[in-house]
Parts: sequence; structure tokens; C-alpha cells
Amino acid sequence: MIKLLGIVIIVIGFILKLDTIAVVLTAGVVTGLVGGLSFGEILNILGEAFVTNRYMTVFFVTLPIIGLLERYGLKQRAAELIGNLKVATAGKILSIYMVIRTIAAALSLRIGGHVEFIRPLIYPMAEGAARNKYGDIPEEAVEDIKGMSAAVENYGNFYGQNVFIAAGGVLLIVGTLNELGVQVTEKEVANASIPIAIIAVLLAIIQFRIYDKKIDRLVAKNK
Amino acid sequence: MALEILYILSGIVSLITGIYSFRDDSLETRFGTGLFWVILSITFIFGRILPAKFVGILVLLMGVLTATKQVKIGSFKEVSEEFKIKKSKAIGNKLFIPVLSIAIFAFVIGQFTSLGGLVGMGIGAIVATISGLIITKASANEAIEEGNRLLQQVGPFSILPQLLAALGALFNAAGVGEVIASGISKAIPTGNIVFGVIAYCVGMALFTMIMGNAFAAFAVITAGIGIPFVYNQGANPAIAGALALTAGYCGTLLTPMAANFNIVPAAILEIKDKNKVIKTQAPIALILLAIHIVLMLVWAF
Repeated sequence: MIKLLGIVIIVIGFILKLDTIAVVLTAGVVTGLVGGLSFGEILNILGEAFVTNRYMTVFFVTLPIIGLLERYGLKQRAAELIGNLKVATAGKILSIYMVIRTIAAALSLRIGGHVEFIRPLIYPMAEGAARNKYGDIPEEAVEDIKGMSAAVENYGNFYGQNVFIAAGGVLLIVGTLNELGVQVTEKEVANASIPIAIIAVLLAIIQFRIYDKKIDRLVAKNK
Repeated sequence: MALEILYILSGIVSLITGIYSFRDDSLETRFGTGLFWVILSITFIFGRILPAKFVGILVLLMGVLTATKQVKIGSFKEVSEEFKIKKSKAIGNKLFIPVLSIAIFAFVIGQFTSLGGLVGMGIGAIVATISGLIITKASANEAIEEGNRLLQQVGPFSILPQLLAALGALFNAAGVGEVIASGISKAIPTGNIVFGVIAYCVGMALFTMIMGNAFAAFAVITAGIGIPFVYNQGANPAIAGALALTAGYCGTLLTPMAANFNIVPAAILEIKDKNKVIKTQAPIALILLAIHIVLMLVWAF
């Protein structure tokens, strides 16, 4: 049981929001020590695994160009393209964003974000569509639209990203399984991530439709 | 070999941030911050020739730097919103060509050659950098500055996956997985695939809820539950692995511990009920989790 001390350290460290990197390293060293490894062996395993798994961090090579394109208005351009959409209901706007966001995540495009896209663009468009349709809308409906607007960003981001062959999640799966003696390639993992991405898009669209109906009812009740 | 060149290029990006940090007079912790990025660049550029023990010491040193709050985000030139809007209108949709080329090279080279998606991404990044400089008519110096800005914004967290893989290696060497497995096998008969898959997916979701981080949960739960109850029972590892991580994301949708996804957005959107985002996501998260279990059972075996 003492071998589980590392897991306890991780859970407590994360809950107390201590420095993540230090918590992970402490958990690793402690686990090694209680597991009967010498400090030298621990350093060896740590260093070797860190070097073998460098590929998880090679996305660094893309940072200069992505940063440069952001300086030259990449996000503003994407926002303009999305802003030109003319759609009738809040749910439909969010559904379209869900599709775009998932595809962007699958292509590892940094288009999205609660601060960059949802607050300034998607939420105002969704609420605007509802106000266009109904005139005044009750507060509960506004809260629902806000909740959905925040949720769509997470759905698209989470379930789309692993379709990209060099996504952080894909590399983590490959690296962790290889460390545990199970061989698997990035291509296989990325391809295996496609069905859930599609299912998530479909479920989100269904949920947004249900909310559209709920907003219909809320408006009708208030009249 | 191609990968080793990519590691060196990545190391150079980190080295540049290190140099920028050292020279950043406005940053109180500039030495600690600079040191962090320079150490990281050393592990990247010289990782193959340095003794593993020495790299281990360097990694622990990086942990000491972050634990003592020495690694902070520095200052960098931010261009105005007006400039960005003006440029985005002038350049138009051509702005997407470089980013798409990264994705396309990664995909095509990853799917159709033996070089792998990572090398594809690296080649794509080089093509993107050249084409991006031509399209924006920017100087190479601007790209270097922007690389520094983005890396600082991503911050030390960028090495977390690598550290978690190393944690997995230590767990493995210490036999943590066996302990969890023998504990669980008292409740679940080993060899029962249905219970194993449920334990793996639900375990991922629950552990992610507790820790607020699916990546960390993946290292722990895969060693303890995934290996004995799913992979060793003959599961297709790519399918089981991919589904396990996204099962963890179902937990992310449900937990206030993942504050940046669930709590901060509620504040950004000025939602009255700060748990509204989680409440909205809960039905989707639970349905998706159930789908994960079924899909893993049907598709991975």
C-alpha cells in the first residue's frame, strides 16, 4: 500500500493547487523511493523517460509562425468569417460553431477560446439571434445561452483535438503506453479518436436543439 | 535522425525564450525564468548525448525553479488590436495557408509515409514559417519575438506531458500498477472485460474530476487499471488508449477542479450561477461516458 503514496501526493497537491510540476516530480521521486529504487536509479529513469518523450514537446517549432500569424490578425480574420454567418437561432449558431471548432481542433488550429472567441463573438451572436427572433427574452433564457456558449467551446476543444496526429493528448497516450510496455503509434491513436469527435458533435447539436425548444417555451410562458 | 533535428529546433525556440528572459529587466525573476528555459533547451538539444542521470538532475532542477516561483511570464511587445484588424483585412484568407500547411503536412506524412506525423508537423512548420513570412511580409525577427511570446504564455506547463510520461515510467519501475491491480482484482474478477472497461473509463472520469487534469489521470489509471484489466485482456491499445483519455475529458466537463474550463468561463460570460457551465455539460458528459464504455467494449475487443 505504501507504494500508492505517490498517487496520494498527486491528488493532494492538485487539490491544494500546489505547483503542478513540483507535485508530479515529488510524487515520482517518492514513489521510486518507497518502491525500493535508489536515488541514482530514480534520476536515471527520470532523465531517460524525459529524453525519450521529448517528442511530446516538439510543437515548440510551430510557435514562432503561429505567434506571427496571430500578430497579423489570424484570429480577427477567423472571427470575421464566423461573424458573417446569418443564422436564425442561438442553438443553430452554436451548432455551427461546434462543427467549426471541432474541425479546427482536429487540424490543431488555435481558433477558439472562451476569452478570444466565446465572449466577444459567439455568445453575442447566439444571444443576438434569440433577440432577433423573440424581441425581449427572459433572464433564464439568457443564462441558458451563456451556459451553452461556454460549453460548446469545451466540447469542440476536448473531443476534436486528438484527431490531430501530433496533438498533446495523442502523444501522451503513445508515450505513456510505450513506457508501460504497450506498443502503439500516433497514427493509430489519432484515427481511433475520430468516432468520438463525430459523436460529440452530434450530441452537442441535439442538446442545442433541445435548448432552442426550451427557450421557445420560456418566451411563450413570459408573454 | 529527422526527429533529432526537430528536437534541436524545439530546443532553439526554448533557448531564445531563455535569452529573452535573462535580458528582461522588468522581470524580477529573470534569472530563474531564463535558467528554466535554458535548462529545457539543453535537455532538447543535447538529450541524446547527455547521461540520463544528469538529465534527471536537470529535470529536478526545473521542478525546484517552478516550486520556488522563479518561472514567471515576462514582458513582450504586444501589437495593437487595430494593427491586427488592419492586417487581417489587408491579407485576408491567405493567413490560413501557413497554419493549414502544418496540419496538412502532419496528416499526409503521418498517414502515408513511414516518417511519422511528428516529422510531418516539423516539415509543415518549416514550410509554414517560410510561407508565413512571405505572406505577411514580416521580418524573421518578428517571428522570433512571437515565438518567445507564445512560449511564455504557454509557460512551464508545456513540459507536463513529458513529466507525466516520466512519472508513468517511475510508477512502472516501482510496481504501483501491480498494487492497484491487486486491490481492484479483489472487487473485480480479472479477465472480466466488461467490468474492466467500466472500471477503466469510470476510473479515468473520476480521477480526472478529483485532479482536474485528464493527462495526470491517464498516467495513473492506465498503469493501475488499464494495463491489467483492459490491455492485457487483448484490447486494441490505440482504441482503448484514445477512448480512455476522452473518457477522462468527460470528467473534466463535470468538475470545478478544471477551473479554467468550467469556472473561469462562467465569470468571463458573467453567468450568475457559477456552476451553470458544469450543469449544462453534465448530461452530455454522462451520455458520452456511457458511449465510451460501450464503444471500448465493442470496438477494442
